[in-house]
Amino acid sequence: MKKLPYIKGLSLLLLLSGTSTPVFAGSEDVVVENAWSRASIGVNRPGAAYMTVRNTGEDTVTLTGLTTPLAMMPEIHETKTNAEGVSSMAPAGEITIEPGQSVALKPGGLHAMLMKLQNPMIEGETFPLTLTFSDGGEVTVEVPILGIAARGPES
Amino acid sequence: MQRRHVVQYGAAGVGAVALMLGVGWWRVDGPGAPKPAGQRPLPLSAMDFRLTDHEGNEVGPETLIGRPTMVFFGFTYCPDVCPTTLSDISGWLEDLGNEAAQMNVVFITVDPARDTVEAMAEYVGYFHPAIRGWTGPANQIARAAEGFRASYERVPTEGGDYTMNHTASVFLFDAKGELVTMIDYHEPREFAVPKIRRALTEYVEGAT
Ligand SMILES: [Cu+2]
Repeated sequence: MKKLPYIKGLSLLLLLSGTSTPVFAGSEDVVVENAWSRASIGVNRPGAAYMTVRNTGEDTVTLTGLTTPLAMMPEIHETKTNAEGVSSMAPAGEITIEPGQSVALKPGGLHAMLMKLQNPMIEGETFPLTLTFSDGGEVTVEVPILGIAARGPES
Repeated sequence: MQRRHVVQYGAAGVGAVALMLGVGWWRVDGPGAPKPAGQRPLPLSAMDFRLTDHEGNEVGPETLIGRPTMVFFGFTYCPDVCPTTLSDISGWLEDLGNEAAQMNVVFITVDPARDTVEAMAEYVGYFHPAIRGWTGPANQIARAAEGFRASYERVPTEGGDYTMNHTASVFLFDAKGELVTMIDYHEPREFAVPKIRRALTEYVEGAT
């Protein structure tokens, strides 16, 4: 995770001068824990990754998207199961995390959906996943690839 | 609670269904039709469908009668719910050990277009060896889902692919093919394993 000095006066200056140098407002305090994913069979099936995203700072942060060299279309999805027991999943949109709070991406709920895999996900390997935030900041985490039948980072 | 909502929004629902008729026949009348809440699966003896298991054997509901049975609907292109449920089932079977040895455990695909016999064989191979994968022609999958009162629906995703919404509950039948109970998605293991034991116990009682 990149850290840059956060100076309020400078932030406005940079904005006015049109420079692309990022000045973060919150995302530098984001910590990603317990990331894991399941191996894939080839590249035709989408993969999924899970993790806990913790906001240890004083500002609310908004997770806006994902990027990874592993997949052309990574997206945060949410699985929902209705009263009839039918599960469906859809893009979750932006995710706001209040100061001191965390959001869990876990099986059956939020997940990092990895569509259009560029390479098969092989058990024992890892891949970098970058979370992008509304303040322009990014947090990159190295995600371990567990077995297809894995139940979580401990199993 | 559910029923009251249906009554309250009944008028609006009729309007919505009328609107959907032109474009959504498949969802409304086709195999993807949502089943009313609370409808219980038929006994296995009252179901009628012909599928193929992942080893190429012809199978049907009668294949399951005589032993307690666990059935789950899903598809192998499912990144979240299906591997999670199959690994949960694998964990339950491990917990039960020898007790589960005489059980049928079947994963029926709702996506036969992509889930060929070979695809099912490769996929189930990653989970507990007791799990069988069943696939077949779309109309037979539809008949199976009908019998279990399960529903599924093909949903296009960005980029030209599609995913499937589907019933994610696990169905438990006794050895006579009568429904014992269902295990809902997200149900903790401390509830799931005793439910499976109940299906197994009814098997023992039925055998004596
Ligand atoms: Cu998804």
